Amino acid sequence: MPCPAHYLPPVFGDPRVTSSSAYSSSTSYQDVAPTVILDRVSKVYPSGTIALQDVDLSVKQGEFLSLVGPSGCGKSTVLGLIAGLSKPTQGDLQWTMPEFRKDLAFVFQDASLLPWSNVEENVRLPLKLAGQSKKQTQQAVAEAIALVGLTGSEKSFPRQLSGGMKMRVSIARAIVTQPKVLLMDEPFGALDEITRNRLNEDLMNLWRQKRWTVVFVTHNIYEAVYLSTRVAVMGVNPGRIVDDLVIDAPYPRTEGFRQSPEFGQYRRHLATALAEGME
Amino acid sequence: MHDKSLTEKLLSPDVLAPFAVGVLFVVGRDLLVRITGLPPYLLPGPLLVIQTLIDNWSNLFSSLTVTFQITIVAFLAAAGSGLAIAVLFTINKWIERSLFPYAVVLQTTPLVAIAPLIIIWLKENTFGALVLCAWIAAFFPILSNTTLGLNSVDRNLTNLFTLYNASPWQRLIYLRLPSALPYFLGGLRISGGLALIGAVVAEFVAGTGGSKSGIAYQILIASYNLQIPRMFAALLLVTGLGIAIFAILSLISDALLKDWHESAVNPNQ
Repeated sequence: MPCPAHYLPPVFGDPRVTSSSAYSSSTSYQDVAPTVILDRVSKVYPSGTIALQDVDLSVKQGEFLSLVGPSGCGKSTVLGLIAGLSKPTQGDLQWTMPEFRKDLAFVFQDASLLPWSNVEENVRLPLKLAGQSKKQTQQAVAEAIALVGLTGSEKSFPRQLSGGMKMRVSIARAIVTQPKVLLMDEPFGALDEITRNRLNEDLMNLWRQKRWTVVFVTHNIYEAVYLSTRVAVMGVNPGRIVDDLVIDAPYPRTEGFRQSPEFGQYRRHLATALAEGME
Repeated sequence: MHDKSLTEKLLSPDVLAPFAVGVLFVVGRDLLVRITGLPPYLLPGPLLVIQTLIDNWSNLFSSLTVTFQITIVAFLAAAGSGLAIAVLFTINKWIERSLFPYAVVLQTTPLVAIAPLIIIWLKENTFGALVLCAWIAAFFPILSNTTLGLNSVDRNLTNLFTLYNASPWQRLIYLRLPSALPYFLGGLRISGGLALIGAVVAEFVAGTGGSKSGIAYQILIASYNLQIPRMFAALLLVTGLGIAIFAILSLISDALLKDWHESAVNPNQ
């Protein structure tokens, strides 16, 4: 069975921490039913590379779970397994609510848009593949584009967009189906810091509004602490989970949270866990 | 988006440089003929060739039309069959494994060697025989390029389609065919010229026996009669047709790809 996530001890004497504990029930998903459970999951590639070994992980409904880890620790593999793009070599992957499985969306690292389609057609794609007509999808597409702040760019082609805008299109495409589970594979990894921060902000607001279950892969600890309700740290050789930490801070999180001592404490804790995972 | 004016386009280095080379070549050849005094049956000067072309225009142009018909029918057949077979290849790997080597055989067998056979077999239908020869020349680049394109789909996009339970048909229409489009168009540009060459070669082999005489027949007869200026005039026409085919296919390709593919994107845009 997956081991429970742990909390950091409180920072005594810091008023922000005590005030935040009042909200802790809103960010803790300890008592919430899991959506998907990985039970001693291993993944070995045909080349013999052990991508994952005995990974226990449960994703709770509505939580924002980040997977952080160095390159090659198998975080993307975990995402692929959850998405059903590949099968575990050993162990079990269970969906407690199988209908959720059909309601998932994936955001890839490099936006992965159809270069021959404009913004609108790219966002429409999932609905089109589900057999819906252009008329039926008009409103959903317009809404998704508006949610990511791209209204006005509907007719632009991907090559005319900046990296950040492409990512927004990719997110719009993911959310146009009203998914329950959102899987994101280092979505902001290739963006500059300002764009990344802005997209982090927008993603967090969307998540709070829509109550998705998010699994977010990143190698950026700042991003993970800032966004997540929980962070799982992965280690290499073989890919495994070395730490699982609840980020017990209230939303909306602001710049103030980034500057707070508890943010620093979470960050240091995760950095130590990451370093241990490299060994 | 700002469209350049026509004058600006015509004065760009892309047009001026090859034009200058062409003018230099023609002037150089004219001078060579004048200075060395080479007789026209060895090397006619450019002015003589042009004069011959004008004098024999109706005759030569109607021959060119015949060759053009063969070329265009063979080219369209090659485009259609190349695309269709490439799609079949991607639907089933076994079809590709079983048939692709024969497509290579078809490509590598010298056309001049098999053209006589084809012309004998189809002796009731010379036009069909010539089209078949030109098709053999034009078919392979389209098949090979399109197959490559259909198999060059971005892996994340493939995963995306898997995630949304796309049917094989949707995958083909919305993902594989658009991905293959630039490759297919590249194949067309190669095959346009090859179809013309195939048609000319086949006409050569068919020789004077052909019912309607194409431009190769004119070249052949002119060379028998040592009408070298006439031969050059006919050659000039074939070359012009080849360039026109290439230019038209390039325009089509650019128009289809202008919004998204690097090959057709204006860098200043």
